Amino acid sequence: MAEIKETILDYVKDEYLDEDDDKEINFDTPLISSGIVDSFSMISLKRFLETKYNIQIPDSKATAEAFNTVNNIVKTVEEIKSE
Amino acid sequence: MAFNKKERDIFKDELNNIRNAGIFKDERIICTPQDSEIKVEFPAGAEKKSLINMCSNNYLGLSSHPEVVKAAIKGLENRGYGMSSVRFICGTQDIHKELENMLTEFLGTEDTILFPSCMDANAGVFEAILNEQDVMISDRLVHASIVDGIRLCKAQTDTYKHSNMNHLEKKLQLHSDKRLKVIITDGIFSMDGDMAKLDEIVGLAEKYNALVFVDDSHASGFIGKTGKGTHEFCNVLGKIDIITTTLGKALGGASGGCVSGRAEIVEICRQKARPYLFSNTIPPVVVSAAIKVLEIISKNTDRKDKLEKSTEFWRNGLNEAGFIVKDGESPIVPIMLFNAKLSQDFAQDLYNEGIYAIGFFFPVVAKGQARIRTQLSASHEKPQLERALDAFIKIGKKYDILKKTKEEIIEIYGL
Repeated sequence: MAEIKETILDYVKDEYLDEDDDKEINFDTPLISSGIVDSFSMISLKRFLETKYNIQIPDSKATAEAFNTVNNIVKTVEEIKSE
Repeated sequence: MAFNKKERDIFKDELNNIRNAGIFKDERIICTPQDSEIKVEFPAGAEKKSLINMCSNNYLGLSSHPEVVKAAIKGLENRGYGMSSVRFICGTQDIHKELENMLTEFLGTEDTILFPSCMDANAGVFEAILNEQDVMISDRLVHASIVDGIRLCKAQTDTYKHSNMNHLEKKLQLHSDKRLKVIITDGIFSMDGDMAKLDEIVGLAEKYNALVFVDDSHASGFIGKTGKGTHEFCNVLGKIDIITTTLGKALGGASGGCVSGRAEIVEICRQKARPYLFSNTIPPVVVSAAIKVLEIISKNTDRKDKLEKSTEFWRNGLNEAGFIVKDGESPIVPIMLFNAKLSQDFAQDLYNEGIYAIGFFFPVVAKGQARIRTQLSASHEKPQLERALDAFIKIGKKYDILKKTKEEIIEIYGL
């Protein structure tokens, strides 16, 4: 679990923050509601999760709430993996 | 009809949500032609107020130019008011082809197709030319109409950090297996006024065999040595595969847009682009006026040169006064205030001082990036800009934000 969290957090930082960005992101930082990730750019995060964890995330589960924090994302991934 | 209380309340609730979010849009009623000075009625019924206009896209001051108006009347008289048809049935006149050829010549491309608007051009082009085997790799700050166009297309999508070439290169490597890769960017980004790094983008496109798409709506007519746009400024004329642009800003300001670029791509748009196939032809009056606009700006660069001088005066004046101004090469000059409420209060105070400019905040711009966006026009005269600058300084002093750092402004007003 801890490894997945770290992997996803690293991806989010690399994909969505600029090199000179002064934002700090942790596992509970809002990503969507804070504007760090928007619905347009969320697609790359979804693709990363699907490729990395060999899953398909249906649109019904790729919601703003499910993707709003790293913790929420991990929960969503775990749920889909266990189905 | 089933528009009862329940149905009405659904829409009322939505409108209330928009109001509560502080993003409800009220129209200001302008009672004069578009110009650097306009009379505005706001709110509806209030006394009309004369304002210096610092927020129009009338970059070259041609929206109400006498020669353009005359050409529009001539077009109305010679080719009528409407065509009552889409282009491919019985809506293409000689002047539509003439305008398309002139745009091709002006933009330095292979062919051009007119659309009812650039919004329609962006909504139609991707879906017409790409399929599931392709990928669209877009800058994250492209205009909303491009986002809509991308969403209507079956090709895969990806985005790169704004103007970040390292990130774009990573994405091009990630999608190396796709049939077609299209890099998508605005030429000038409308909220920040900064320019895409088209020379570097073209370099990457050549390295990774990608096409380049540029929406040059905020550049056509006045960016680059002869005003062709950002591709001229960045020395990549002839290397942009798809340019979309509008006739609704510098090029007369009425309506209409186009896709201009590789001949085959334009031809596919004629065959498949839905906004072209299923909406009316641009009216002859607009086409005639747009032809005149292209004649005027092809004769000399006087209007573009005046715009550049005004922009320089405006940027320097604001910087010297101690405002935080976004750097850029365009006549879009954003003054950073960071706090959403401050941007609205500042805009209202400007209005009271006779200056018309809009404050933008999240979600139109990123959180904590609220600003007043000003836009210069060749129709601005120096005394008007001096008056506007005096008003900005007066209000800047009122809010104590002059010669302050971003951190200091945020400390006073929060984010």
